[in-house]
Amino acid sequence: MSGGNGHSHGLHRPGDSPVHRLAPQAKVAATLGFVFAVVATPRDAFWVFALDAALLAAVALIATVPLTLVARRLVIEVPFVAFALFLPLVGQAPHTEVLGLSLSEPGLWAAWNILAKGTLGVAATTLLATTTSVPELLCGLDRLRVPRVFTAIAGFMVRYAEVITGELRRMRIARLSRGYDARWAWQGRAVAASAGTLFVRAFERGERIHVAMLSRGFTGELPPAAREHTPRHEWALASVVPLLAAAAALAAQVAA
Amino acid sequence: MNDAAAVHVQGLVYSYPDGSPALRGVDLDITAGERVAVLGPNGAGKTTLILHLNGILLPQAGEVAIGGMPVTKANFKEIRRRVGVVFQDPDDQLFMPTVRDDVAFGPANLGLPGEAVDARVQAALDAVGMDGSGGRPPHHLSFGQRRRVALATVLAMDPQILVLDEPTSNLDPAARRDLADILVTLPVTAVIVTHDLPYALELCPRSVIINDGVIVADGPTRDVLGDAELMAANRLELPFGFDPSRT
Repeated sequence: MSGGNGHSHGLHRPGDSPVHRLAPQAKVAATLGFVFAVVATPRDAFWVFALDAALLAAVALIATVPLTLVARRLVIEVPFVAFALFLPLVGQAPHTEVLGLSLSEPGLWAAWNILAKGTLGVAATTLLATTTSVPELLCGLDRLRVPRVFTAIAGFMVRYAEVITGELRRMRIARLSRGYDARWAWQGRAVAASAGTLFVRAFERGERIHVAMLSRGFTGELPPAAREHTPRHEWALASVVPLLAAAAALAAQVAA
Repeated sequence: MNDAAAVHVQGLVYSYPDGSPALRGVDLDITAGERVAVLGPNGAGKTTLILHLNGILLPQAGEVAIGGMPVTKANFKEIRRRVGVVFQDPDDQLFMPTVRDDVAFGPANLGLPGEAVDARVQAALDAVGMDGSGGRPPHHLSFGQRRRVALATVLAMDPQILVLDEPTSNLDPAARRDLADILVTLPVTAVIVTHDLPYALELCPRSVIINDGVIVADGPTRDVLGDAELMAANRLELPFGFDPSRT
């Protein structure tokens, strides 16, 4: 019933730095702009990637986010990077010899391209998520005119993920308390049954939430989010990083 | 508008979609300003009854009216403004990212302008002692705090009739006390569905017992709880050592 009171803040790390205080819509837009600039950078413009990384490190420093924390959170990109590591092995000619392995040159470039741009992109979004709470993020997206239905669905997901994992945890404890010890595949039946029960429960909860919403006058349309005016200097401040990255990318494109 | 019947229920019949009867002819009149406890065993039809008070369920026979206004589809907006329902599980009621957004949901649905919504949110959070928690996500609150915020979400709609489904379930004694202290200060008609009989005695001068889809008793709470035969016949039991005639 009670969703537990785990006080998990997700990725957000509360703080009071200038980056934390910046309007969420400006931060979201700046992150998006930075990612576009990174994607538009030619893959052999190493100095631009170095500059982008330095910009992110500077933001992390101002936001008092330890670089080790950002590094740990970059682990999320590993499954995607693993795919990139295959490219030099299966890519086309010409091939080059590295440590006794014959690797494809276009494959190496493609892998580097994915690795560098992916890492910078994930690092930028990590900084955004670390310095902005989920309600602020949703509010920022609302103010950027993202359709209300998307932000509402995202909000529901965040709100109820915790309630449902709490239910899952209690069901697991109840299973274990009755001597259940799933060691072998054929014992998975109880887990499968629990998953089914959880699905039905989540569905029923959805119905109860809907009834509670109707009871408060919900007619199928969520009330519009408050649109607050973002001070111009916040936009200006937030645009420094993406503009520098974009200028560098453009310079590299022109030079290429 | 007829003030004499804040809630008027007559001959209310409702069967679940599978055909099993839930309510078989409920008659209930509640005067404005009354606080009435609805008692009864599990599965008696208590929750089904309250879902009729704001039109979530519509009668299959009989009628329901709130302050003289019949509960029909055309009147839903006004009915749901007049009748505020606080559900049993606050996690069902609180679905927005922050407490403030959630309390604002009802007034915004009423079409109030922004400043009026803000004022309602502030007043409702003050009323339940949760001012200062507006920016917090609901899942960071304790269960007792979430129950109080759930109450605030309904108070923000300025209801004439407050319906509470099992308001004390899962609350620790102190949170139960806090909630009672809040409820007695509210100038509204209240319908409180509960298994917590001492709570009913403390808060509600009048009680009705519903069993098997009909109202089987209606009277002063002290008399209802003091009737051992009636209580036993309806699977109700006072806590050990509790004597309603002595409180």
